[in-house]
Amino acid sequence: MKRTLEWQIATVKAIRQETANVKTLTLALLKWVPHRPGQHYDIRLTAEDGYSAQRSYSIGSEPERHGEIDITVEPIRDGEVSPFLDDVVVVGDRFEVRGPIGGYFVWEASDGGPLLLVAGGSGIVPLMAMARHRAAVGATVPARLLYSSRSFDDIIYRADLDALANRDGLQVFHTLTRSQPEGWQGFARRIDDRMVAEVNKPFGPKAQVFICGPTALVETAADAAEAAGVAAERIKTERFGPTGA
Amino acid sequence: MSERFVTRGFVGKRQDAGTAANRIPPGQHLVKDFPVLSAGPTPRTDLRRWSFRIEGLVKEPAQWTWDEFGKLPAQEFVKDISCVTKWTKLDTRWRGVSADVLLEHVELDGRARFVVAFSDGGYTTNLPLPDVINGQAFVAYEYDGKPLAPEHGGPARLVVPHLYFWKSAKWVRGLRLIERDEPGFWESLGYNNHGDPWKEERYSGD
Repeated sequence: MKRTLEWQIATVKAIRQETANVKTLTLALLKWVPHRPGQHYDIRLTAEDGYSAQRSYSIGSEPERHGEIDITVEPIRDGEVSPFLDDVVVVGDRFEVRGPIGGYFVWEASDGGPLLLVAGGSGIVPLMAMARHRAAVGATVPARLLYSSRSFDDIIYRADLDALANRDGLQVFHTLTRSQPEGWQGFARRIDDRMVAEVNKPFGPKAQVFICGPTALVETAADAAEAAGVAAERIKTERFGPTGA
Repeated sequence: MSERFVTRGFVGKRQDAGTAANRIPPGQHLVKDFPVLSAGPTPRTDLRRWSFRIEGLVKEPAQWTWDEFGKLPAQEFVKDISCVTKWTKLDTRWRGVSADVLLEHVELDGRARFVVAFSDGGYTTNLPLPDVINGQAFVAYEYDGKPLAPEHGGPARLVVPHLYFWKSAKWVRGLRLIERDEPGFWESLGYNNHGDPWKEERYSGD
């Protein structure tokens, strides 16, 4: 039997505003173990009367950062856990977590590449862990990220992505689906076959593909990657349906 | 952990008392939509090449084409389903063929103890035989009165509603009877071997 994943108490160490409605919480863990980029933690919140709720959150930070993890929260209207994490939680608060969890949607530098990452909205989180890990270990694996956001101001981790592009050779391609700033040079439509084919062009069928976002985006991007010649077993997906989190 | 750690300021959103609360397993919450979760691209199989097979520890394997499968005695099933990613959906309505009906077409070898469901795209999941029989599992090809959509596992998926939904293999193409348990796809990647939502058997070691 493998080890049991035990609940432990996480302490909120820092809170960072990523966009107008997305925050990153840095959680300090006494029983921290290195995760594999792409994995998640479960969070359990418990009310005074014993009522509790659980949700899963992808880890956005790289495993080279010891003792703590980042989770990134986009509050879902009428949700239960995400509005609490967004609204109520302050630095110093504590709640239960267990992880890291998930052994398929993961990438480590030793897995090689070339790496094609495709994200929609908060689907960037597990892919960011991969990109940060790639930079932290100084890997030279060619890597491209195609990232769909509604508008320029909705791009999560924008400054960090710029830094990864400038310092670490991650090639970042943004698409903005609802509005674009004046003089926008990037894509300006929903991700489609043509866009995936264009971004993946230098990699061709050799790409290792990770796709995370809403179902429609994931379906489109996965089909497009297959159409670009990438074998199905090299395409890994994680889908964020609107699950009322 | 015997004593629960209370989270400052957390109240939560309770389900309406009496209606659904006792149908929601621990750690789960109710959804009205039908989230899609799968590990890779959605396979699309030509129905002319589709077949469903029962093989392994049986005297003679059984196999059906799509047309033959559609002529097997079908039933409507209304079931609550729970996904390990924490959502539960009540009263989902399916049409399909009970695993009991399928297994009537083969003579089981007395050594058969476990079942591996296998799917297009290479997905597998393992189940103890007692969890598959006696009306507990079926192969569905309709959801809510319509052909089952590919992203939800169409043309046909296994449905084992009393276990977490990863056991309900999408794009299922057959059942293999085996003597010794073999972990399937998620069961090899840190998820629980059995997956009973009422016991919160989410991960390995739970």
